[in-house]
Amino acid sequence: MQSLNTYRAGPDERGHFGIFGGRFVAETLMPLILEVEQAYKEAKADPAFDAEFRALLANYVGRPNPLYFARRLTEAWGGAKVFLKREDLNHTGAHKINNCIGQILLAMRMGKKRIIAETGAGQHGVATATVCALFGLKCVIYMGSTDIERQAPNVYRMKLLGAEVRPVTSGAATLKDAMNDALRDWVTNVADTYYLIGTVAGPHPFPQMVRDFQSVIGDEVRAQMLAAEGRLPDSLVACIGGGSNAMGLFHPFLDEPSIRIIGVEAAGHGIPSGQHAASLTGGRPGVLHGNRTYLLQDADGQITEAHSISAGLDYPGIGPEHAWLNDVGRVEYVSVTDSEAVEAFQFTTRLEGIIPALESSHAIAHAAKIAGGLPKDHLMVVNLSGRGDKDVNTIARHLGHSDMGDL
Amino acid sequence: MSRLQARFAKLAAENRAALVTYVMSFDPDRATSQAVLNGLPAAGADIIEFGMAFTDPMADGPAIQYAAQRALAAGASLRGTLEMIAEFRKIDAETPVVLMGYYNPIHAWGPEKFAADAAKAGVDGLILVDLPPEEADELVPFCRAQGVDFIFLATPTSDEARLPRVVGGASGFVYYVSIAGITGTASASSDTIADAVTRIRALTDVPVCVGFGIKTAEQAAEVARVADGAVIGSSIVTVGEDARAKGADPVTAIHALVGQLAEGVRGARK
Repeated sequence: MQSLNTYRAGPDERGHFGIFGGRFVAETLMPLILEVEQAYKEAKADPAFDAEFRALLANYVGRPNPLYFARRLTEAWGGAKVFLKREDLNHTGAHKINNCIGQILLAMRMGKKRIIAETGAGQHGVATATVCALFGLKCVIYMGSTDIERQAPNVYRMKLLGAEVRPVTSGAATLKDAMNDALRDWVTNVADTYYLIGTVAGPHPFPQMVRDFQSVIGDEVRAQMLAAEGRLPDSLVACIGGGSNAMGLFHPFLDEPSIRIIGVEAAGHGIPSGQHAASLTGGRPGVLHGNRTYLLQDADGQITEAHSISAGLDYPGIGPEHAWLNDVGRVEYVSVTDSEAVEAFQFTTRLEGIIPALESSHAIAHAAKIAGGLPKDHLMVVNLSGRGDKDVNTIARHLGHSDMGDL
Repeated sequence: MSRLQARFAKLAAENRAALVTYVMSFDPDRATSQAVLNGLPAAGADIIEFGMAFTDPMADGPAIQYAAQRALAAGASLRGTLEMIAEFRKIDAETPVVLMGYYNPIHAWGPEKFAADAAKAGVDGLILVDLPPEEADELVPFCRAQGVDFIFLATPTSDEARLPRVVGGASGFVYYVSIAGITGTASASSDTIADAVTRIRALTDVPVCVGFGIKTAEQAAEVARVADGAVIGSSIVTVGEDARAKGADPVTAIHALVGQLAEGVRGARK
């Protein structure tokens, strides 16, 4: 296994993490992407930008959110001390808002008046619609029609916030297809439009920029764990679709060799079924949506449909930095099935009085598998990336409750 | 001299521009698509762009998106597409064939091996929408070594700073995307196109073909007056599909439209 002095230096000038990442976009977008990169460089060097970002995180998002010691989960699993990072308590109910605050400030610096975004579970769509409402910008959200159906409450929230939600019917009508249509919109409206990508994927500089904005999660965990336990955590667990909540938690800790870091992909109906969204476990490197990364694809390089009960993980790719961290062996990537995630969802709800998002339930399900085998002084942080109110209909269907009264 | 160079030289001698026709391989099935391909030169196409179907055609409008879906449902594969070109080469050794599509199927094939296999099948050039100059060095040298032209795209957003880089490495022709947008949608004005072609010609001796948003024989003729070639795709694909939907023969319908477009292009400078 390769051992590096630092795992935090990427990407390089061309936006590459090892062989992954890059800028595989149409020439029409290339000048704009270079402009975004330049604007982000300047913003990063401007203390006023950071001050505005931090102030909004504190006063509007409600950060820092707690690092909550989950006593009952810890007792039930009988091993590691389990802490939940409560991203679900952010304004809008998930980690997505962190990145949206950062990027909307950048879009305004660039003078853009119209914001577009893709969404799967609707959490990124809601967060984008929210910041657009806050700053009075026009907002168009692309969402697969399959996802519109399974995440109806979020669709209505976006509309209330003043966003236009455009249903996408191509392909399986999920996140991948929404991203295709968002890219088609961007290429058509380059002059006035900013594409607010919701995860650590897409062309450079998006994977880096989204990671930087989400790193507030890991930075807070470091300070909070030091305050609570006087030392750093021993392990970190987070779910991965594109991988932004995971990267935000992991990145500040990558150079702490004692910390075990685990990313949890969605295994859907199980990896052997082929019906899953685990691109690292079941995919291979390819090029899609502006970057090279692990992709679910057939022998001909055609992208195959992902499946996960969780709309937010239902994507056939993964952020390029995760692909690289997998290949260099710094982060362990595992997977959890739909049923395991649903079980963790119910367990956490009953035991802690916290309804986790189905996405986050994947991380909890993996923690459930390993916590019991770890010593009682092992400090484990699980990223509770979002709240699960949006998922209650999906859960009811999965459990065969034809209406929610059956419970 | 490559087939593309020979074709442009011949057309220059006739003082006319090229009609470049795009059709999707395997649309709606292999046999029909082979018949379309084989008859394109007689119908008036000077250069053929042969689409490689991809699940996620991010730069394409609905017409070509649906064509790709039909093609994939009919079993489209890159191997099959190369075999169809090899078949075409048995009856036509002169008409240039350029593959157009997205990078991932070629990435999956392996760039070096693909360049060799494409050359062997009789492919003359390659247009990949999502492989800009910044990333193209992983494929272009292999194409060069096999005599396959890698055709770069210039767009209305390629500014003065970028344009030299985009056209600097061009061979075969430069493909000027006349609108900021996806295929088969808006059309640019002929003045804007003429300006862009002038800007590009100042930087390269390679012929300049213009595409995106050219739908009619009249529009093709306007482009043919100022550029070295006019590329028509979505409207050809649509005519084939409309015919099929009505129970008519898509091959005849496509070749008839190509005939009209050819007339437009051939009469443009007279």
